[in-house]
Amino acid sequence: MEQVSLGTVLWYTLGAYLTLSIFSFLYKDNPFYRLAEHLIVGLSAGYWIAVLYHQSLVALWLEPLTNGFKALVTPGGSFMSEFGRFFLSVIPGIGGLIMFTRFFSKISWLSRWPIAFYLAISAGVALPLYLQSFTVEQMRASMIPLGGSISAVLKDLIVIIGTICGLTYFYFSMEHKGIVGGMARFGVWILMIGFGSTFGYTVMSRISLLIGRFRFLIDWVNQIAGYLK
Amino acid sequence: MNQQQMPSEGFWSRLINIDRRWIYLVIGIVVFIPILFPIGLPVQVTKEVQNVYDRIDSLKAGSIIMIPMEYDPATMAELQPMAYAILRHCFSKGIKVISTALQIEGVTIIKNDLELIAAEYGRKYGEDYVFLGYKPYPGIVILNMGEDFRKPFPRDYYGNLLDSLPMMAGVYNYSSCAMIVNINATSGVDYWINYAHTRYGAPLAIGVTAVMATDYYAFLSSNQIFGLIGGLKGAAEYEKLINHPGLAMRAMDVQSIAHSVIVIFIIVGNIAYFSSRKKKG
Repeated sequence: MEQVSLGTVLWYTLGAYLTLSIFSFLYKDNPFYRLAEHLIVGLSAGYWIAVLYHQSLVALWLEPLTNGFKALVTPGGSFMSEFGRFFLSVIPGIGGLIMFTRFFSKISWLSRWPIAFYLAISAGVALPLYLQSFTVEQMRASMIPLGGSISAVLKDLIVIIGTICGLTYFYFSMEHKGIVGGMARFGVWILMIGFGSTFGYTVMSRISLLIGRFRFLIDWVNQIAGYLK
Repeated sequence: MNQQQMPSEGFWSRLINIDRRWIYLVIGIVVFIPILFPIGLPVQVTKEVQNVYDRIDSLKAGSIIMIPMEYDPATMAELQPMAYAILRHCFSKGIKVISTALQIEGVTIIKNDLELIAAEYGRKYGEDYVFLGYKPYPGIVILNMGEDFRKPFPRDYYGNLLDSLPMMAGVYNYSSCAMIVNINATSGVDYWINYAHTRYGAPLAIGVTAVMATDYYAFLSSNQIFGLIGGLKGAAEYEKLINHPGLAMRAMDVQSIAHSVIVIFIIVGNIAYFSSRKKKG
């Protein structure tokens, strides 16, 4: 076994302590679990703030702003083009600062402008593509020409009938009676099969995470054994 | 549920009110023991995983594929074996890899994973693989990469200019890559489908956690993705295909046994429920 350093053992031990603290909740709520939980929340918040400061505020705004300003005051370049670049860096800053007016009731209405701008940009970029990916393409995939082997036809029929009946269940402008009721009931079965499949996958996912943690605990014991050797 | 609140009406009623901690204990035991004593149950390869393998396997040495990886400590148990298997496949065939980590908590893990597997096959940074790292706002980053990787990432994770890396010479956007295999534990998969595939037409396969897998089968049916690797089972299938059994294949024993026990619990629970309901009339 590879020589293990004391530092490695200590880090593993801290990880094992936190893992066992979280597991202890399965028995009942307790201070060890609370401490581990608060630690995760605090660490995540701190990490997020630090990364977003460097990657978002500094990299996407402060750096372009200061670089733009330097280029503007440095003689030699085209004033108008440098001013244009600098101004493009100023606009998001102003928009961002205006967002903070929400904290001042008299001028809080100002914050709606950058929010509206942000929403418009997001909707403009996302809507056509989401519509294409999540609606048009899915509809196209449901319009299947029936043909080929019997099993292929059966499979395609299940897709077509399942889609129509599933949608019928969510059609509320007609009472679910007679043929419509039967289709809606079949739609529910289809939905249930979908939920069952999701449940099965969820169980697999959770067991996978448990395996991961148990493996870590086994590694921890191995690290200690390696250090003591 | 508190046992004292429920009337004691025989075996089935007692069973239905069993303290859930006994169930946790049983699951803990049935998961822990097979980890220590693996049995080696067989793993069947599904078509959606085979598709990913075949597409990568058909590439010539020197081809470039993009493997964006978005997982963190909470989901690495599922997706890390998958990433290892795909990277092993690529590096063993001399396929070059461009990677990003657009989930903030996983950046260092993914950097380490890339370095680890690249070192296994003696692959060099900048020549055989490039790690672009993290940038906020994944949707915008993915859109920008469709125009030029240099737009969101003028420099790589290590601070090198992309133009200074030999592998990136003449590599500008998704069209320079044979495909994208996105290993993702977040809803960020939607961005890759929307922006990389729908907007830029990049061939896309995804590797997701098991919880997410059912949601994305619809995209497989509509051919918006050409392959889907779902959770640890998918990773085990890929390990089998590359003939490199690893963490995922060993975990399949545990999964099979744990699932069997859970199925038994569900059956017994249902029998107990209906029996106790029948008694109540």
